[in-house]
Amino acid sequence: MKLRATWFDTIIVVIICLISLLVILPFLYIIAVSFSPPGDSMAGNFFIWPKHWTLDAYSYLLNANTFLTSVKNSVIITVMGTLLSLFVSITLAYALSKKFLPGRRTMLLVIFFTMIFHGGMIPNYLVVKNLGLIDSYWAVVLPAASSAFNIMVIRSFFQSLPESLDEAARIDGAGEFRILYSVVLPLSKPIIATFTLFFMVQFWNEFFSAVIYLNDTSRWPIQPLLRQMVAISASNISAEAAVDAQLAANLGPNVQNAAILLAMLPIVMVYPFLQKYFAKGAMLGSIKE
Amino acid sequence: MQRALRPKRFHQLWPFYLLAAPGIIYFLVFHYIPMSGLILAFKEYSPFKGMMNSPWVGLDNFRQFFGTSDFYMLLKNTLLISLLNLVIYFPFTIILSLLLNEVRLKVFKRVSQTIVYLPHFLSWVVIYGITISFFGPSGVINHYLGQWFDGSAGFLVSNEWFRPLIIFQAIWKDAGWGTIIFLAALAGINPEQYEAAKVDGASRLQSIWHITLPGIKSTIVILLLLRLGSSLDSNFMQIFLMTNSLNLDVSNVFDLFVYHVGLEQFNYSFAITVGMFKSVASLILVVGANYAAKLMGEEGIF
Repeated sequence: MKLRATWFDTIIVVIICLISLLVILPFLYIIAVSFSPPGDSMAGNFFIWPKHWTLDAYSYLLNANTFLTSVKNSVIITVMGTLLSLFVSITLAYALSKKFLPGRRTMLLVIFFTMIFHGGMIPNYLVVKNLGLIDSYWAVVLPAASSAFNIMVIRSFFQSLPESLDEAARIDGAGEFRILYSVVLPLSKPIIATFTLFFMVQFWNEFFSAVIYLNDTSRWPIQPLLRQMVAISASNISAEAAVDAQLAANLGPNVQNAAILLAMLPIVMVYPFLQKYFAKGAMLGSIKE
Repeated sequence: MQRALRPKRFHQLWPFYLLAAPGIIYFLVFHYIPMSGLILAFKEYSPFKGMMNSPWVGLDNFRQFFGTSDFYMLLKNTLLISLLNLVIYFPFTIILSLLLNEVRLKVFKRVSQTIVYLPHFLSWVVIYGITISFFGPSGVINHYLGQWFDGSAGFLVSNEWFRPLIIFQAIWKDAGWGTIIFLAALAGINPEQYEAAKVDGASRLQSIWHITLPGIKSTIVILLLLRLGSSLDSNFMQIFLMTNSLNLDVSNVFDLFVYHVGLEQFNYSFAITVGMFKSVASLILVVGANYAAKLMGEEGIF
């Protein structure tokens, strides 16, 4: 069939272009402001192409201790969280993918029920508090270690692997851990890659649990700090209440927007890799046994 | 023969239980122990006496909650945000899916999908930051309002602008991502139907109306019911960031109220009461939505 563009195709392409533009423009504006001297953006005499270029905002942020500490905290939380989530989710999902395992249905029900009912914010807070996790990275990492959804998706992937593989390995005398490590995991690279990226994004974006569980602001990851830096200009919080008064005092629009950009930089960097997998991953979740 | 190769006895099975253990312990500690904390809704929690020894107060907390005007305000705000999402965000996602589905140029389709999916992966804080850059007091929109119209609008600190901004953010962040499931459903439609319609002289619009839309009807129904089932769950992170003392009349939703009462005023029992009301009502809504789906001949979620 030859593609002949009709007026119908043209209209659709134009509409989608407009929508895409609406998604991209904010990014371009943020980038432009972050590279402009504060005076320029306040005068508003440009939109997506800076009149004068400057790296002031970035050099300022990369020399601000509070900001660097928050980046460090975010990296620690992301690494800890991703490794823990992968471990907890893969081991549980693998065990639950074995149809011969007695008690499997009960365990599945226990997990599935958490999708439709939960204790809520305050009981969760009390548990974290009673475990003595307040002010430690674990408070952010542990409660988010897995979810029913992750387990279901990873489990359905494991179930799609042929069972005869395990059996062949068993005949060759491999133990169950050996089978998981040397046979199943190498075959599961796509799903592991998908979830590694998902978990990284999730922990890098973690905001609220840091706000409620980390009173010691020197442990704050980047998101809550970014929120303070941004909220000051919206008068949602006063500069005096900010974590770092000196940082707050020097906040120009360029510094704020540079911080926004740096906070999303890792996401934008992993996105191309993520994109290869996620549509499939998102669909897997809707497949039922 | 095949059966004999499967582990059956406990000495063959324990590796699997060992593998399941960390995950199961995680779910018990971080999902089920909190559920037991709901018991505090029926107690007057005192930090000195602890959870177990605090005195029972029966349904006093619930009576107090339903007796205040707060309850109606929270219910109204929560439901209104859900309703707006339902009538604006949801149809927008469907229309975007239909548009993307009609694109015949594969490269263009892939590029535009890549673009519209991206915001989904940004944190709400980043979205909030971008919002402030545009709608804030010194944001670009107020700048031009001042330049061209001699005025400015307090987008972030007014009751009128809160809901439109919330919906706009939701669409910008997630509408693209939301198309994935519809596009998958659309890919499942038999292309022969379109061929047949074309032979019969149907226009593109007619085949969208008579083939495409009916083809994704069941997906629409399920997602619609799921959304109805979660109408008491507002997107807490988004609202938490966008709220302030000047728009609290419209932004105060159940989750936000729980946060203020529990974690700012340390009134754990009352906050848990409100949270529990929400959890139980949501459970009923979800189960009801699933039941409704099955009544309508759909597969349901569980």
